[in-house]
Amino acid sequence: MSKPVVATTSLAGCFGCHMSLLDIDERILDLVQLVEFNKSPIDDIKTFTKQCDIGIIEGGCCNSENVHVLKDFRKNCKILISLGECAIMGGLPAMRNNRVSVEECLKEAYLNCPSVTANEEQIIPNDPELPMMLNKVYPCHEIVKIDYHIPGCAPRADLIWEALVALVTGKPMNLPYEIIKFDYRGTKWQKK
Amino acid sequence: MSDVVTITIDGVEIKAEKGQKILDAATKAGIYIPTLCNFEGVKPKGSCRICSVLVNGRPMTACTTPVSEGMVIENDTEYLNDLRKAIVEIMFVEGNHMCPVCERSGNCELQALAYRYLMMVPRFPYLFPTRDIDASHPKLIKDHDRCILCKRCIRAIQDENGKNFFAFKRRGYKVTINIDPSISEKMTDELAQKAMDVCPVGALIRKEKGYDVPIGKRKYDKVRIGNDIENKAKKEGVV
Repeated sequence: MSKPVVATTSLAGCFGCHMSLLDIDERILDLVQLVEFNKSPIDDIKTFTKQCDIGIIEGGCCNSENVHVLKDFRKNCKILISLGECAIMGGLPAMRNNRVSVEECLKEAYLNCPSVTANEEQIIPNDPELPMMLNKVYPCHEIVKIDYHIPGCAPRADLIWEALVALVTGKPMNLPYEIIKFDYRGTKWQKK
Repeated sequence: MSDVVTITIDGVEIKAEKGQKILDAATKAGIYIPTLCNFEGVKPKGSCRICSVLVNGRPMTACTTPVSEGMVIENDTEYLNDLRKAIVEIMFVEGNHMCPVCERSGNCELQALAYRYLMMVPRFPYLFPTRDIDASHPKLIKDHDRCILCKRCIRAIQDENGKNFFAFKRRGYKVTINIDPSISEKMTDELAQKAMDVCPVGALIRKEKGYDVPIGKRKYDKVRIGNDIENKAKKEGVV
C-alpha cells in the first residue's frame, strides 16, 4: 500500500501552526516513514503534483488568493483539517471583522500609520496582480467543507501528531483535557 | 408535612429540602449541572438556559425550578449535553470571542464549558457583530464583544443602599450593559474587582491590572469546570 499523501498551507496565519508541527522533533522521521508530503512550505513544493489524502490548513481567508488556495486544496485533498484558531474562527486577523472596514484598514496600513514614512505619493497598492482583500476574514469552514478541526493557538505538537497518526492508522484518538485549548498550546499531559 | 423530598437525577435518588432549587440539590449531592448566568449568592435568573434539565420529560432550568416530591430528572444525557454544547456555540458565534487575545482566557466560564463539551468548532456561522469597547469608566473596561448578557453584574453589584451599578440599555439585539454614571464614581476597588470576578467572560475588565496568573496555572487550564463539585462528593462519599 502506498503512503498517504499530506499537503499543508498557511493562509491568513502566522506560520505558528507549522512551527508547532515541526515541534514534533525527532518524530518527524517517523512521520516521513508514515506519510509522503506534497504541496507544502515544509518541502517547498508549490503546486499539487498528485491527488492528496490529507490537507492541513493553517489560517483563515482574508483575501482572494486565500480563497483560491483553499478551494484548490478542497479539490485536491480527500480530507481537510483546520489547524489552529485562525482557520477555525478567523483568529487575530478576524479582529478587523467587527470594527474596521477594508478601507480604514488599508488607509491605516499605508497612509495614516505613524510608521509610514516613505509613501509620499499616498498610494494604496492597487496592482491587478495583487490579491483583493475580502470584506472580512472568514473561517475556512465557511468557504469550503472542512472535515476535522484541531483547536489551539498554536495546537500542541503532540496533538497534531496524535491526530495525524489517528487519521492515518484509523485508530481512535486520545483527547486529554489539558490539550484542547483555544488560546495556547495546552500543557503536557501524562501519557497512559 | 415533611420538609424533605426525594428526587431522582439520572436514576440516582437524592434527598432535597423543600423549596430548594434543583441545581442546589444536585450540587449538594455532587451532581454537576452546568451553569453560566447563575452565581452563588444572587437570585437565579434562568436566562442562559445552559442548566436545562428534563423534569419528567419536559425541559426546565435547574437554577430556577424548585424541587418537588418524586421528580424524575434527566441531566447528563447525550441529548441534553448536545443542547448545552449548542448553547455555548451560539454564544461563541454571536459575540466576538477572540480567546487568544482575551485577558480572561483560562479563567473564562464560557470557554471552560466549551472545553468541557469538547467544542472544536461552532456548528453555526460566525456573526462578527459590530460592538463597542467602552473604557470611559475610571476603574472598569466594558468589552461588549465578549458580553453574553447573563445579567450577573446587574444582579450582584450594588451600593450600600442596594442600588444597582449596572443596567441594560436599549432592547433586542442592541441591548448592552451600562454603568450608572451618577453613582459609578462611588465604585470602590473592591467592588470593581468583584464586578470582574462576577462576570463569567471577559466583558468587565479592571483597568491598570491584569494577566496576574501565568498561562498553565489559570483556573481552567488543567481542571475541567464542574470537577470540583464531582470530586468533593466523591471524597465525602455522597455518591
